[in-house]
Amino acid sequence: MNIWLNFLIDSLAFGVTFMYGSTGEIITEKAGHLNLGIPGIMCMGGAGGCLVLNMIGASGLPGFLIVILGILGAVLMAMLCGAIYTFMTVTLRANQNVTGLALTTFGVGLMKVIMSKLDYAVYLVGPKALYRWPFAGQTNALQYLGILFFLGIAIAIVASIVLFRTKKGLHLRAVGENPGTADAAGVNVTQYKYAATIIGSGIAGLGGFYYIIDYMASQEAYLSLEAFGWLSIALVIFALWRPHMTILGSLVFGFLFSCSSFIANIEGINVTMAAKPLMKMLPYAVTILVLIISSVRNKRENQPPMSLGLPYFREER
Amino acid sequence: MDKKIALSMRGITKRFGKVIANHRVDLDVYEGEVLAILGENGCGKTTLMNMIAGIYFPDEGKIYKDGEEVVIRSPKDAFELKIGMIHQHFKLVDLFTAAENIVLGVEENGRYNLKDVNSRVSEIAQKYGFHIDPQKKIYDMSVSEKQTVEIIKVLYRGADILILDEPTAVLTPQEIEKLFRVLRRMREDGKSIIIITHKLHEVLSVSDRVAILRKGEHIATVNTCDATESSLTEMMVGQKVSLNIERNRPWDPVPRLEVKHINCRDAEGVQVLKDISFTVNAGEILGIAGIAGSGQKELLEAIAGLQHLTSGEIIFNNPKKDKPVTFFHKSMRRVKELAAQDAFHDQMGNPISFQGMSRGQIRRQVSEGAVLFREDEVIDLRHKTPLQIRELGVRLSFVPEDRLGMGLVGSMGITDNMMLRSYRKGHAGFVDRKKPKALAEEIIKELEVSTPGVNTPVRRLSGGNVQKVLVGREIAFAPKVFMAAYPVRGLDINSSYTIYRLLNRQKESGVAVIFVGEDLDVLLALCDRILVINSGEVTGIVDARTVTKEEVGLLMTKTNASEKEEA
Repeated sequence: MNIWLNFLIDSLAFGVTFMYGSTGEIITEKAGHLNLGIPGIMCMGGAGGCLVLNMIGASGLPGFLIVILGILGAVLMAMLCGAIYTFMTVTLRANQNVTGLALTTFGVGLMKVIMSKLDYAVYLVGPKALYRWPFAGQTNALQYLGILFFLGIAIAIVASIVLFRTKKGLHLRAVGENPGTADAAGVNVTQYKYAATIIGSGIAGLGGFYYIIDYMASQEAYLSLEAFGWLSIALVIFALWRPHMTILGSLVFGFLFSCSSFIANIEGINVTMAAKPLMKMLPYAVTILVLIISSVRNKRENQPPMSLGLPYFREER
Repeated sequence: MDKKIALSMRGITKRFGKVIANHRVDLDVYEGEVLAILGENGCGKTTLMNMIAGIYFPDEGKIYKDGEEVVIRSPKDAFELKIGMIHQHFKLVDLFTAAENIVLGVEENGRYNLKDVNSRVSEIAQKYGFHIDPQKKIYDMSVSEKQTVEIIKVLYRGADILILDEPTAVLTPQEIEKLFRVLRRMREDGKSIIIITHKLHEVLSVSDRVAILRKGEHIATVNTCDATESSLTEMMVGQKVSLNIERNRPWDPVPRLEVKHINCRDAEGVQVLKDISFTVNAGEILGIAGIAGSGQKELLEAIAGLQHLTSGEIIFNNPKKDKPVTFFHKSMRRVKELAAQDAFHDQMGNPISFQGMSRGQIRRQVSEGAVLFREDEVIDLRHKTPLQIRELGVRLSFVPEDRLGMGLVGSMGITDNMMLRSYRKGHAGFVDRKKPKALAEEIIKELEVSTPGVNTPVRRLSGGNVQKVLVGREIAFAPKVFMAAYPVRGLDINSSYTIYRLLNRQKESGVAVIFVGEDLDVLLALCDRILVINSGEVTGIVDARTVTKEEVGLLMTKTNASEKEEA
């Protein structure tokens, strides 16, 4: 297979990690909540999935059940974290940024504790193959494509359809744009906020699980997971708050993020140690560029939801 | 007349904290009528209607729809009872199209199909004579188009009772006429329309009956055909209440501040001040009366240097007097600049140029008060920032409407808030805390501010104490012009009288005081002259000692259109 095509597929496979994260974050932000807890939630999702796999990995259950239970474990753990965030910010109207950052610190730390206690051989070695269906036997980059890869792309597309083509999506976007209006129109604002942030967290949690079990599939994978949480939040801006755009975004981000090691493999180009961190900066530089371009063009559709970050209380006057 | 009652309210009471917004209101709305709700600012019109629309929940009282008692807990409940409200501030999502806004929140079976919505919207528009493009985004729409979307939104939900909160406030006369035609068609269709307004001629031209509210209470409901402008005004403003506020004749009034033909637009391009001219004299209190949002806020902000004027001038007349130079703005360069222009002189009247003096010498001379300068007599404040105004030596005090937003910093203590006025004083980058602290303590003592200490965040103080701190600070600045917007709003009687006394004391010491008030009784008792502002225009400047409440009320509510008709 062409080396470039290989690299593109690999980039996308890598990018699925933050495709999950940013799709989840977009759904959350569309409800008007800036969830900076996403890195922590992704970590906790990964830890939750691995915890389940650690329990059932060697139990001899049928393969599909192990897959489903693993995914469920990741989603539920992430949703639990999301529910904490939602309760704090919606019901108690705590500051969203502070709550989110606290959740990230908490989630990353707890994930490291959990993962260090788990048995690598049980949660990873056996179950890994199950998630790598159907291209597991390939020797080129296709070997990295598995169930969670396709699920991620499907979720991004479905999320876009729901957000922009259905009544529920219309209501959700109205809540994020102008909760007062949505409320006056008879939309249950609290219910939508809860649903969106919790579902968004669940999706983001799958990103962490995918990265540990599927893409990296190594014992140390969890240690670098937090960074991709932050990249996910940057990707939201790149995707201009459209979930399907995260597919393109994660391809670009994955490409830029790993191109330092890729370029070194191509003959004739020598990447020095000093240049590597600079190249890893590229995704963030591109995000800033996108932010600048979308701000300059100033198209209303490309701006963040109007009431992002603001608490809503009906009888406030 | 044999009309069915569509909705009735009995004994509705609503409180916000200690403030009673509505007190035992009884009201009936018939089918196929336009009912106007008339009242001054803050008389509880909107609060009352919000309770029917499900935004607020009444503390006491019952609501009946078609004879049955109903409970309206949310806007959704209201929709189910076929009640729809068009708010003064439109509740639309800017990013959505008209159709998307209209369909928002409607629970219907079947697939979500924007095409169906579009055709239904067009159908409704045709029936009542609206013009609308369902695909147009709200942010591309004019105010009148947005209002149309709001009305169709309510009709789309099948509302029988439509509540319009001050629908004409933002419309041009042609648009108002169009709106009224639509309202009449809806009335013929058997719908009940409640219109909240304070414009008398609109009440007379469109409504069948008028309900008058005053200070949260329902005064009367009359048939429009039996009412006249003056009878309605009388009911609206009520009997004159005599307040025991002392008022002396202005002593030696000389013009202090002249506002000449100022025009101003807000962020949306709506003209909020239209060719306003008036003069404030030293030693008098000029009251500003008007319906809320008639441009009072913008007017004061324009004087304070916070609004951009499209045209006009604001001339500050300073009494020609020698005064010691201070390093208030701490700019040695500016002092030298002025010295080069022979602006400074000593007590004998000999000019001082500072030539050959070191910075230290100049500083010493200045701090000893040996350097005097003759102030400019006339200063144009137009397009000056508050800081520039201050640097020009114009002592202007402003007590804004939004005390904890614009006037004070809620999370800081009284001392720190005093320093908002004096933070530029001090030495070598350090602020001087001693004087502000002494001032804070003085204010606490003099004005009887009840607070645990000078460092308690002002947010924790009660409204009256917050206001005393703010007014105290502004007075301590020894102003030449003192502006106060609604300084007694939310204050109890005692605190209010303290504020009146302070304003009077300022007046007697020769300050030009501008007082924006909402209670006509207070305006009539406290001020020397009253300027009445109506939709950004001055409709009259009257002598507060001789004018009656009704006359001011009429000036506040009358529009130019009706004035022209009479003329």
